[in-house]
Amino acid sequence: MASNHVRNLNRIITIHRIFHNPLLNARSFFSDASLPQTHPSHPSSLKDNELAKFASIADTWWDSEGPFKPLHVMNPTRLTFIRSALCRHFKKDPYSAKPFEGLKIVDVGCGGGILSEPLARLGATVTGVDAVEKNIKIAQLHAGLDPATSTIEFCCTTAEKLVEEGRKFDAVMALEVIEHVADPAEFCKSLAALTDPDGATVISTINRSMRAYATAIVAAEYVLRWLPKGTHEWSSFLTPEELVLILQRAGINVEEMAGFVYNPVTGRWSLSDDISVNFIAFGTKSKNT
Amino acid sequence: MNRVVKKTLSNVFALKIPRKPFCTEAVKVAGSTSVEAFNELEKNQTFSKVSPQYDIAIVGGGMVGIALACFLASMPMTKLLRVAIIDSNPALGSSLHIKKEDPPDPRVSTVTPASISFLQDAGAWKYVEKNRHAYFSKMQVWDYTGLGYARYNARDVDKDFLGCVAENKVLHNALLSSIKDSDFKTTIYPSRLTAMSLNTSSKSMVENTTSEEPLSARGHSAELQLSDGSSIYAKLVVGADGGKSHVRDLAGIKTTGWNYSQNAIICTVEHTSENGCAWQRFLPTGPIALLPMGDKFSNIVWTMSPTESNNRKSLTEEEFLKGVNSALNYGHGPHPTSSLLGTRDMFSWFKLDETISTNEFFEIPPKVTRLASERMVFPLSLRHANSYASKRLVLIGDAAHTVHPLAGQGVNLGFGDAFSLSRIIAEGIALGSDIGEVNLLKKYEAERKSANIMMMAILDGFQKAYSIDFGPLNILRGAAFHGANYISPLKKSIISYASGEHKLPIFF
Repeated sequence: MASNHVRNLNRIITIHRIFHNPLLNARSFFSDASLPQTHPSHPSSLKDNELAKFASIADTWWDSEGPFKPLHVMNPTRLTFIRSALCRHFKKDPYSAKPFEGLKIVDVGCGGGILSEPLARLGATVTGVDAVEKNIKIAQLHAGLDPATSTIEFCCTTAEKLVEEGRKFDAVMALEVIEHVADPAEFCKSLAALTDPDGATVISTINRSMRAYATAIVAAEYVLRWLPKGTHEWSSFLTPEELVLILQRAGINVEEMAGFVYNPVTGRWSLSDDISVNFIAFGTKSKNT
Repeated sequence: MNRVVKKTLSNVFALKIPRKPFCTEAVKVAGSTSVEAFNELEKNQTFSKVSPQYDIAIVGGGMVGIALACFLASMPMTKLLRVAIIDSNPALGSSLHIKKEDPPDPRVSTVTPASISFLQDAGAWKYVEKNRHAYFSKMQVWDYTGLGYARYNARDVDKDFLGCVAENKVLHNALLSSIKDSDFKTTIYPSRLTAMSLNTSSKSMVENTTSEEPLSARGHSAELQLSDGSSIYAKLVVGADGGKSHVRDLAGIKTTGWNYSQNAIICTVEHTSENGCAWQRFLPTGPIALLPMGDKFSNIVWTMSPTESNNRKSLTEEEFLKGVNSALNYGHGPHPTSSLLGTRDMFSWFKLDETISTNEFFEIPPKVTRLASERMVFPLSLRHANSYASKRLVLIGDAAHTVHPLAGQGVNLGFGDAFSLSRIIAEGIALGSDIGEVNLLKKYEAERKSANIMMMAILDGFQKAYSIDFGPLNILRGAAFHGANYISPLKKSIISYASGEHKLPIFF
């Protein structure tokens, strides 16, 4: 209860930090709300404005035609892979509408919650973490609007900190994240440490191939302007072989891998054997690690 | 103090659907003067006035709307959905008992083999077969000029039948019975839709704090207000409310189309023996169709000008039937023969493989002897919604497209819509998508729009081709009939297209 209280307080503090509101600080806001006798509720309208502003950022993030369109378009394809891999590994009924019931899943680098929400709808108990506070706010706001996703726990933290807290999950997801971390090997170790024995780890990223350079950087950032310039740095991409190796060193055996292929005619992604650009890997942690 | 507040808060949350308090709390706290007061208020509301929440609200419980519910009930991914059906038609709630001896209703549909297989998979077709219905394996289409005719036979495409005619009430009841067989949760609201807010953005949700409902309830949901004063929430609103769709109007979706300034007279007639063939003759005033309905009954769909339709409606039974028999026989022109224009030879080099019906001769439809129902008159129009899907909203059936009843395709397009939408919803659920998400619903639009427009264009083209009585054009039409009758690949593809198989009616 106390920790909950702190978290709630933190949330309110964060909003203020985001909007740099000079009129209010978190402490005075909280007491305004709880002790109305001493402070009339003058800041309430301001507060509403801020929330509205914030909600419109969330709308942009979640707009399937907006700046995050590539992610929205790719999401069903990622989920197809995750659904089938996890159903097989955890022996869940693939015909169930909620096959992930009973699974604890962490979504590392959750962004606005684009993966966390479907995982929760599929029945999983989801924790979404992101190092960027704004993303966590967007994710909380959006997921909070639907009872099916409002149970997701979103925290502004990192995989390393979760390890320190001793958290464990049945499945650990890190999609389109590893290309942005400083030390992929260390990151994989953290993911492994978060995974329960006999649990699963899913990682997706971009291959360090010439085709990936042409599509993920030249096409996506410069030609199509899907992504802001400088989103990706080619040299920090991992090849599938490298990923398999660093995961193996961290105690995760990659059992399945698939590529994502974009069809410019239909505008849709599909799963394929071609792992030369975008690929996703599913690994399991052996029981004795 | 804070600790006490916190306790009250968590108690409240324990009473409700679990949710993250972040945005709700911030908004409500900001807007209220006391946390405790707000908690009390919200607690009361939790018990008294929370509107029911559904996954899908189907507005319009006609054949297409109920077919969607039936398809959803039959699939493992979607059978757990909570569905509300909004329709003020009292027949929905009380299970209408259909007796086989009842006189046949003039409102019938020609169900294509493709639609039959959808209904079979959903467990509804067996109920149709328990009531009056008529499979037909032959079809004859000809025109008043006597220049051409075409006969189609199910055996041309290795099928047992070309379609089945059933009364709309039989189809409707069959779909309802099959939903009752399942443990699918549908709630019927015998009411009309009065207002709708789709709540498409979280911004509007946050700003609209005057509503008494908790945010998580109305969040990703559309709110529907009903004529009985109640309101419900749904993640997806399906407009299945017909050609004059209120949902479409409320959503501001525009339509393109035109009225034909033609009416159709619809009625049931009786013969002295059973009719086993579907007949259609193009007259200068519009087409007349005679569809078998089982027993000795047939259904008439006769298109004509509004004045003529009113005249014919008020004629005595005897005179009306005389008109029908003449329209199906020598009225307006002679019977076609196979040798005219020598088309048979003209196309003979093109006959790659002979279809069975090519050798069939022109037949005269069975005489109509008695009028077995009232005569109903409907105006004809063509209407197409510019969009089938937006966030939290889709249109199916006549709400999306109204077609000429020429080939009885209307309800088949609607069943096709319902089937496609049910699959796409299942696909979305399998991947944990929000079923009101526009990306998902646009898939349905992409799948159905082209199919529907194609069929609409063909039916409209037929209609237009026959609204002009002009010599050279008549010969061209006659030649086209002959072409359609003798070029077997073309003929096969026409039959399979009309049977609801998704292939363009062009060669092969």
